[in-house]
Amino acid sequence: MNDRPSLQQVEEVRASAARELDAAPDIQSLDEWRIAYLGRGGRLTRILRELGGLPPDERRAVGSAANSAKSALEEDLEVRRRELHRAQASANLLAERIDVTLPGRPTPHGRLHPITETIREITEVFVSMGFGVEEGPEVELDRYNFDMLNIPKEHPARDMWDTLWIDHVDEDGSRPMLLRTHTSPMQARIMETTEPPVRVVVPGKAFRYEATDATHEWHFHQVEGLAVDEGITFSDLKGALFEFARRIFGEERRVRFRCDFFPFVEPGVDMAIDCFKCGGSGCRICGGAGWIEILGAGMVHPSVLEGVGYDSQKYTGFAFGMGVERICMLRRGIDDIRLFYSNDLRFLRQF
Amino acid sequence: MLIPISWLTRYVPVAMPPAELAHKLTMAGTEIDSVEEIGADWERDKLLVGRVVEVNPHPNADRLSLPTIDLGGGETATVVCGAPNVAAGQKIAFAREGAMLRSNRSGKVEPLKAAKIRGVLSSGMVCSERELGIGDDHDGILTLDADAPIGAPLVDALGDATLDAEVTPNRPDCLSMLGIAREVAAITGAQVTEPDTAYTESGPPIDSLAQVRIDDPDLCGRYCAALIQGVQVGPSPAWLQAALIKAGQRPINNIVDITNFVMLEYGQPMHAFDFDKLKDGAVIVRQAREGERLATLDDETHDLEPPMLVIADPSGPVAIAGVVGGVATSVTEATTSVLLESANFDPANTHRAKSAIGEGTESSYRFERGIRADLAPRALGRAAALLLEIAGGSAAAGIIDEYPGRVDPPEVRVTAQRLRQVLGMAAPMERVQRVLESLGFRRIMGNDDEMVIEAPYWRADVRIEDDVIEEFARVTGYDEIPTTAMSAPIPHQAPRPFEDFRERVRDALVSAGMQEVLTYSLTSRETLDVVNGLDGIEEPLRVANPMSRDLHVLRTSLRAGILKTLESNRRVSRGEGFRLFEIGRVFIPNPGGALPSENQVAVGALCGPRGPASWLSSQADMDFFDAKGALESMFAAIGVHAEFEAAEDAIMHPGKTARVSIGGRAVGVVGELLPRVLDQFDLEDAAVAMFEIPLDALFQAAGERGAGYAPASKFPQAERDIALIIDEDVPSARIQQIIDRHKLVRSSRPFDLYTGEGVPAGRKSIAYRIVFQSDRGTLTAKLIDRAQGDVIRQLQRELGAELRA
Repeated sequence: MNDRPSLQQVEEVRASAARELDAAPDIQSLDEWRIAYLGRGGRLTRILRELGGLPPDERRAVGSAANSAKSALEEDLEVRRRELHRAQASANLLAERIDVTLPGRPTPHGRLHPITETIREITEVFVSMGFGVEEGPEVELDRYNFDMLNIPKEHPARDMWDTLWIDHVDEDGSRPMLLRTHTSPMQARIMETTEPPVRVVVPGKAFRYEATDATHEWHFHQVEGLAVDEGITFSDLKGALFEFARRIFGEERRVRFRCDFFPFVEPGVDMAIDCFKCGGSGCRICGGAGWIEILGAGMVHPSVLEGVGYDSQKYTGFAFGMGVERICMLRRGIDDIRLFYSNDLRFLRQF
Repeated sequence: MLIPISWLTRYVPVAMPPAELAHKLTMAGTEIDSVEEIGADWERDKLLVGRVVEVNPHPNADRLSLPTIDLGGGETATVVCGAPNVAAGQKIAFAREGAMLRSNRSGKVEPLKAAKIRGVLSSGMVCSERELGIGDDHDGILTLDADAPIGAPLVDALGDATLDAEVTPNRPDCLSMLGIAREVAAITGAQVTEPDTAYTESGPPIDSLAQVRIDDPDLCGRYCAALIQGVQVGPSPAWLQAALIKAGQRPINNIVDITNFVMLEYGQPMHAFDFDKLKDGAVIVRQAREGERLATLDDETHDLEPPMLVIADPSGPVAIAGVVGGVATSVTEATTSVLLESANFDPANTHRAKSAIGEGTESSYRFERGIRADLAPRALGRAAALLLEIAGGSAAAGIIDEYPGRVDPPEVRVTAQRLRQVLGMAAPMERVQRVLESLGFRRIMGNDDEMVIEAPYWRADVRIEDDVIEEFARVTGYDEIPTTAMSAPIPHQAPRPFEDFRERVRDALVSAGMQEVLTYSLTSRETLDVVNGLDGIEEPLRVANPMSRDLHVLRTSLRAGILKTLESNRRVSRGEGFRLFEIGRVFIPNPGGALPSENQVAVGALCGPRGPASWLSSQADMDFFDAKGALESMFAAIGVHAEFEAAEDAIMHPGKTARVSIGGRAVGVVGELLPRVLDQFDLEDAAVAMFEIPLDALFQAAGERGAGYAPASKFPQAERDIALIIDEDVPSARIQQIIDRHKLVRSSRPFDLYTGEGVPAGRKSIAYRIVFQSDRGTLTAKLIDRAQGDVIRQLQRELGAELRA
């Protein structure tokens, strides 16, 4: 072996260094490799150190080759170091493997009652049409619940609302307080204190003296609506309620109005939607009828308007009222109204 | 109101299937709940019209007989029959062996089997109403109309369809076959044929025999009467019985059946008196007198009192006007003279009288709704004519017609302008007129823009222009009205800060992991007492007519409702954790009969394991700090800072209860419930933590916070931990108060609490992580050391704390 540095020697060292670098198994062995080739006593360093003993021509050629071999090896070292790092990191991560099918750390989750949710959905539709939202007392005066809605005392129309009366008798022997049988008294209350125009919905509880079964609850919720202004017509009623039906029950819904009687509207109607399940051919949801009645409505009766001091020749308006439970039952396919207030979490958690 | 199609077609042709008619009537305002087809399932070859040829006695039983039935085509059958009313010559419903009939024994529909009854074979059966499924009567066999063809399928003679109409209170005219017939006519364009009300008057003038006096014309606007003498009381003819049965009424005798038939025909209630039992032939319509009593046809004796209206003779009341007749003057088999009453009574007073005596009648139901006085003489004529035809006798000449309450028929002006204003569509007056005329209205005068119309004699509900507009709209159909969006500007809507705030609280509680529930507003006094819900309230509001004891008073607290919900859910799933809340109203009575204050409250209850069984953590039960944590989470979400201090509550653990306040104002309470309270709700094996936050208090306290904002510091923050030994009863909040008031302390939080070995008795070790930060610059270690030193010195001086080594 020739001790004098030569091009061949440089080439041999470079080749052996590259081989060993490829074979280096881990990061620690890279250090050993670096010391063996590039360290102070390393083979390539030694060649560079001994260049002085060469004739100038040879020195230049071997020096240049050794220097480029050095920087190439330094570069290779970095590449190899990164490679080994990545490999090691992957190995480490694999060692940390978990069973991803185990359940996550439990976090409590709550939900709104379906009636709260349904009220929000209904009111949101009307708010987007410019309606405000009001609430009113659940214990109401006979005056607002009946008298001002064109339902006089001793009139059989009162039998349409089986009433829970508050046990308080006035001096004249009458019972002035009751649990409101509908949200309609707010029509009178709002108009009494507001000048037209009025555009408002009233969500809230209502109560009836009624035996409870799958479709009847004595305790339920309604959303009332009222729009009064100059120039409001039955065609506007149709427009607003059609929009409501489409937003809540689907864009393709059709609506149908039939004559019905409520003392505080004239004309009075009942609105049905074509069955969203069967599209009108008849199924379990619509009871085979193809149509589902969802609310009562009509043009505000002139006596109601006059009763609150509105000029019924100048102002007209429409009113409507719907049962929130019924809307929710229809949308969710719930077949028993009692589920809402039994508060069984197995039911409530499905919403 | 049951409407047999066969009855309806007496007045108007019906050329469509019953289901289609039902739909059209419903759309126009007479809601048909159901359509029942009579005889749709009768087999044509097994149920036949037969004629009783002869009736022989049963050899072995006195109560049974052996009628022989002619079935046409020379066929006869002999059957065993138990009915007392079977007689030769009757047309009857005959069932062959195998016919499907409602069994009297099982109540089910079963095929008829041949059977030997007391030794005689019965080859078939003569049917009662009940066996055919068309009525309840089983006292005797059903007899058919004498015209029914022998041997014909029964369905051809008796088959029918009945509509069940739910008539709205404004339409008493539709509580009658004629009223419905008029609706049908308006819908189909057919004409109504009214019954003949003329009859022969062969007796002496009625005035010479009977007198009527109305003492209270406000309560009785009209009283018509006719007198028929020499009548024969007996069973009604088959057609009349069948009509009544199908309309849901029980035949009684020919006289009473006629009054019922005419009531159902015209909607005018009628009454028949045994004229010979009326003292002096005198009828007085007056208010009852205190102390008067009357035994009535409903087998009751009623105490009468003013202003109840009665029909009286000089000796006393004989009927409660418009409600029910008296027994003493009722028609019996011995009656020979009948005074027919067809009158008009005040709706409100009839309603009061009905309510006073309890149950209403077909009569009161119609009078309460306000029927037209013009019906009275027409119905009277019809009844008298039928009576002469069916029960014989001779009618006195003329009728009595006392009519002090005469009113002109209502005339209503209708304008094209109003029609447009209400419906949002234009319609030529000519068209409106055509529709109204189809309903029996009459145009008195008018032009292209308006007209004056008169309502027909049977309509009492059309008084104002909008009523007429509805008549037009409901017959035309609402589909014709356009669908438009309101063109008026959107009104200003005032903000609703409280309701918006309440909904934020609701959402925040849901975000804190709580499930919303809604419970009844009514409860019992006992239940309120258990949760001390009546604290500071003398008496809760009560319901005068409660549905049950459990739903007797208006809740003054939400606590019981949520505990009951917890109870019922734990019954289903005992090992589960529950976090429930409700936002609802409590009702605090106000003096003097004023409406109660309806205060909105949020209440929460937490119970059971903190989470489901988990491989990550052990399962511990929830306690005070879970309820407090939910509250803190909610407060953070709505942006308020609340303080908690030890407090007491009547149903909570004295050492585990805190008053919640914001800026010194109480906003509620949180704590663990006492075992004795849990016992009452079947929750004795659980710990329940509860909070109760009156929302108006929270809203006010939260609202007083400034709307400002503090800029965040640009400089880094530094954390230091300190551990203190301090007296056990010093609240953490007090320690934090001292730490936090240093100007360089941004926040602090306790992270470790320890008592026991290594800590002197009566003292505790508590550690805080303190965050230091300045708005002016980066804090050096030296500055932080100094600040921490200041804090510790303050804690030593004020609370006797020492730094733990």
